[in-house]
Amino acid sequence: MQLPASSDDVLGPLAIRDQLSLTRIDASLRFVCLFFFTAALVWLLIGTVFALLTSFSLHSPSLLPCWEWLTFGRIRSAHLNAVAFGWGNNAAFAVAIWIMARLCRAEIRHGGLLLIAAIFWNIGLTVGIFGILRGDITSVEWLEMPTYVAPLLAVSYVLIGAWGVLAFAYKKSEHVYVSQWYILAALFWFPWLYTIVQIMIFFEPALGTVQAITNWWFGHNALGLWFTPIGVAAAYYFLPKVLGVPIRSYYLSLLGFWSLALFYNWAGMHHLIGGPIPVWVISAGTVASVMMVIPVIVTAINHHMTTVGHFKSVWQSPTLRFVVFGAMSYTLSSLIGSTMALREVSQVTHFTHAVVGHAHHGAYGFFTMVMFGSIYYMMPRLLNREWPSACLIRIHFWCAALGITLMAVALHIGGWIQGVEMNTPDILFLQVVKNTVPWLKARSVSGVLLASGHVAFFVNFIWMLCRRSEAFAHEGPTLIPLFWKKEAATDQQD
Amino acid sequence: MKNLPLLFCGIFFCLAFSWTGLILSSQLQLGSLRPAAIEEGELTYPRRPTGQAEQGKQEYIRLGCIYCHSQQPRMKGFGADFERGWGDRQSVPRDYIWQKRVLLGTMRTGPDLMNVGQRLTSADWHHLHLYDPQITSPGSIMTPFSYLYETRRVGEVPSADALRFPPGYAMAPAEGYEIVPTDRARLLVDYLLSLKLDYELPEAKFSQ
Repeated sequence: MQLPASSDDVLGPLAIRDQLSLTRIDASLRFVCLFFFTAALVWLLIGTVFALLTSFSLHSPSLLPCWEWLTFGRIRSAHLNAVAFGWGNNAAFAVAIWIMARLCRAEIRHGGLLLIAAIFWNIGLTVGIFGILRGDITSVEWLEMPTYVAPLLAVSYVLIGAWGVLAFAYKKSEHVYVSQWYILAALFWFPWLYTIVQIMIFFEPALGTVQAITNWWFGHNALGLWFTPIGVAAAYYFLPKVLGVPIRSYYLSLLGFWSLALFYNWAGMHHLIGGPIPVWVISAGTVASVMMVIPVIVTAINHHMTTVGHFKSVWQSPTLRFVVFGAMSYTLSSLIGSTMALREVSQVTHFTHAVVGHAHHGAYGFFTMVMFGSIYYMMPRLLNREWPSACLIRIHFWCAALGITLMAVALHIGGWIQGVEMNTPDILFLQVVKNTVPWLKARSVSGVLLASGHVAFFVNFIWMLCRRSEAFAHEGPTLIPLFWKKEAATDQQD
Repeated sequence: MKNLPLLFCGIFFCLAFSWTGLILSSQLQLGSLRPAAIEEGELTYPRRPTGQAEQGKQEYIRLGCIYCHSQQPRMKGFGADFERGWGDRQSVPRDYIWQKRVLLGTMRTGPDLMNVGQRLTSADWHHLHLYDPQITSPGSIMTPFSYLYETRRVGEVPSADALRFPPGYAMAPAEGYEIVPTDRARLLVDYLLSLKLDYELPEAKFSQ
């Protein structure tokens, strides 16, 4: 588990040159990545506060004061936009551009412009979330931010994404890696999706339920064609990087990428099963959702075969612990998602909390965990110092892992029961609602766990940022001591 | 797969393919929908919404009601939407053609509202429910919307639309005060009462 950074004496001259160029690339992205990460963490905390308010007010409706800006629909949407476009996008931007630059062996020039675009993204987001709370919410899922910030967000996104594309266009390396396909595709897909739906829903609204089709084409693709490829790209980068082994199969990754690109696009229609849209549209969505099994299984096999035999390293490395948890969640939540897209299953789960549980399982259990892992790897290289506390990393991991597991289990089971009862007309609707309350309370408990993990992460992050000494790097990376080898591991903990 | 233009074409094709297949095709299929009558010469449906209902819909949007309430009853036999009285038939694309913003919703934390104006016809009921859901639906997890109501001193004659609380309601206003809906609450209730699926279309007859 020794990383090349601290063992250049065993590397040949080529490897040393390689390492030097990586160091220069890291330096060229230092400020902008630190900005993205800091913004991401602040949004994560803000989003978590809204999440807790939302979750508690759902099972205890008179808990919060009756102020308009605390209306359920608004704080729920403020939560979604803060964590998706605040935490998710800021983290994804940094991870995507950094991995892209490293794999292209290209330093990022004129990083100042990138920083300005990043600042504008966050200004747009602040205005947008403030707009949601004051009542300019659009009530279109995944697009709640008022239309007056949409152009700013779209332009900032394009300016940020352009750096990833430019790095690829002027790459110095001869190889092209799997992660680069995913990142390149995601950077193109998101702005197209966003622009098209803004036009077809708000600026020139399409007729009737074509809007709903457009809405879910975007809503599902925001996850499938933006967050998922970035998460998969990060897993494809960090697994072999930290373990020091190559990805098992090039051809499997090729198959995984193109099948994802082809099928994920069509899958969003399963959000409208039974709804007022043409049945062939729903069928197309269901078929594509089931076909998603191919890229998911292919990626899972490839990741598993790469990692197999290194489980001790995985458990010790903060990066891999989170990334492997994320990769496993990706497989599981995607397979559950394909099942939920079947007509018979959707008849029960549609309109219930099971869908909310599934969304969190994917967005947190997979994407967010992979981003946590990526940040644990990148920060020491950006700052040239180590994480101050292995203990806080461990708290973060367990709170996040247990929290998301509890949430997914509670909402899947609770949602299933809710769906079965809702489809039984003998049970009064009010009784169905009351029966969801224990599960919603379990979700609040999971929210408190996740929030505790975020605080531990934030403290460690700020501590690392403010730490003056750079002397820790030579001691090697901060690892999580194995509990069955306490004595052996203590000397690695600082 | 090293070539940027080739990679770009593949990436572009995948998105363009799904946009054409899902969105452009359904726009071509549904884009020309107009109101229709069951028999020639009869009234065509759906009717245009009234101005008040349209304004009330803006309140519905601003308050984010969609995050707990859907507006898309499913067909009889698929779920229990029909048995619960959420619609005597499933809703079809034509029902939504006048809507500048379509609010299908994907959650039923609360019931479907496509037909609420036919199911719950009393404005008083809706006002009490919005003011404090526990009055009309004890145990509900809907948050109160009491900020849409104002408390004021009773004038010479009590207001006609003052909320009439059930006897023994603990939070009732003090003697000499009354609670009346603001314009926003009135418009919102107008909108809710306008939500009716009480007409048939050639492609969607009432279920038996």
